[in-house]
Amino acid sequence: MNNIVTTKKENITIYLKETFNDVGKVTMFAARFFKEVVKPPYEMKEFIKQCYVIGYKSLPLVTITGFIMGLVLTLQSRPTLAKFGAESWLPSMVALSLIREIAPVITALICAGKVSSGIGAELGSMKVTEQIDAMEVSAINPFKYLVVTRILATTFMIPLLVIYADGVGVLGGYVGINIHSEVGLYRYLAQVLESIAFLDIFPATIKTFFFGFFIGMIGCYKGFNAANGTESVGKAANSAVVTASLTIFIIDMLAVQITDLFF
Amino acid sequence: MIQEKTPINGISRVDTNAPVIEVKEIYKSFGKNEVLKGVTFSVNKGENLVVLGKSGSGKSIAIKCLVGLVEVDKGEINVFGTDITKLDNNELNKIRVRIGFLFQNAALYDSMSVRENLGFTLKRHAKDLSAEEVENQIKDVLESVGLSEAIDKMPSELSGGMRKRIGLARTLILKPEIILYDEPTTGLDTITSREISELILEIQKKNKTSSIIITHDMPCAKHTGDRIIILKEGIIHAEGTYEELEKSDDEWVRSFFI
Repeated sequence: MNNIVTTKKENITIYLKETFNDVGKVTMFAARFFKEVVKPPYEMKEFIKQCYVIGYKSLPLVTITGFIMGLVLTLQSRPTLAKFGAESWLPSMVALSLIREIAPVITALICAGKVSSGIGAELGSMKVTEQIDAMEVSAINPFKYLVVTRILATTFMIPLLVIYADGVGVLGGYVGINIHSEVGLYRYLAQVLESIAFLDIFPATIKTFFFGFFIGMIGCYKGFNAANGTESVGKAANSAVVTASLTIFIIDMLAVQITDLFF
Repeated sequence: MIQEKTPINGISRVDTNAPVIEVKEIYKSFGKNEVLKGVTFSVNKGENLVVLGKSGSGKSIAIKCLVGLVEVDKGEINVFGTDITKLDNNELNKIRVRIGFLFQNAALYDSMSVRENLGFTLKRHAKDLSAEEVENQIKDVLESVGLSEAIDKMPSELSGGMRKRIGLARTLILKPEIILYDEPTTGLDTITSREISELILEIQKKNKTSSIIITHDMPCAKHTGDRIIILKEGIIHAEGTYEELEKSDDEWVRSFFI
């Protein structure tokens, strides 16, 4: 009995040590990003390429999910609002829910799945096949070329994708409302714009920069530190999605608390 | 004692007869696994040194230490007369551009075509070159490895032998004075292995490069090596020419040549 308790304690100690070790390494990785990002030369060409890959190439996925989010939210909320005779509030409710919470979180989660895992797998495979070492021995800074450009691209592209998803989601809401009743587009949009205040958009947009930063950073960290062997490429991609998704929820929770305090 | 010549890029160049690489008593461990336990060797200007040894004997780690990919725990590594273990990253990069490294699987950048693979390194180190000059240098170096027709191909479209040649072309484009080959003929058929070995010799003669060639391929070792060292359990167990080691009294050494 005592042996079992001792083994469990040892396991917990090892787990805690590994967790703190990982947190330390991620912090060092982030610190290196901030150090390298300000130092020339700037890899503008690669940054623009990554913006295209991360932003433009995610548009079809974000369009479909954004539209469905708006449509489903409208269809699901309608019966409840109708019970209270508040059906006319539907456009405002859909817009506020989308802009404040649903579009940022769902878009970030989708990007965690598509972008973070993609970066993790790409850098992981580069690490395993010694392409990162090849850059290093050619006196090219692989951190600057591969990591800094990707983190910057996700930090700037995720907020843009979220704003785009907000718009597409609102259009989805319009289609949802028009399934059961007839509302003109101008009237619908006027009601949506009337209900949205600056303080709805501002905190929601700020948190998406953090979502973007962590999606890029976790993908890069997992890929850049992949162990040798092809198995580790899959592990890096998988671990990037799980960690990035969890981080998005934690940031969202903190963002809500901070917004409540200050706004 | 290495005699220094006129410095280039802040790094002193060495006298032609002096060793370009001098490794003194280097140690490297990964956890409890001691990989290198006091390895000492040198490479002279224009010499091809072959490193033999069983898998896991520390050969690849030893050459990765020479370019700072792996940090040694103890010891001194003099390259062109400078102890690279004491250099910061910027100083180390000045040495790295003078050393070429051919990786075991060529390590070509998957997302780039052959042209981009070669141009990527060149454009970063020769910023004053025009686009036309870069293109000409890429074509020249591809011609020197006999693969001019592969310029627009992606790495996934290349065979194992072609990948090695393109990897070598990428190494040569910076005109290195030292080339480190990590198992250049592994995974290739006999004819292609012979072609790669001949290419290594041709580069040595044409560019007067000094090289370290890690291999398990004995015909390659015989063909390319001026001198051979054999690593055993992290230390240098034997040293000599191919002919000397082939007739060694040590049965373990002779077993490589059977």
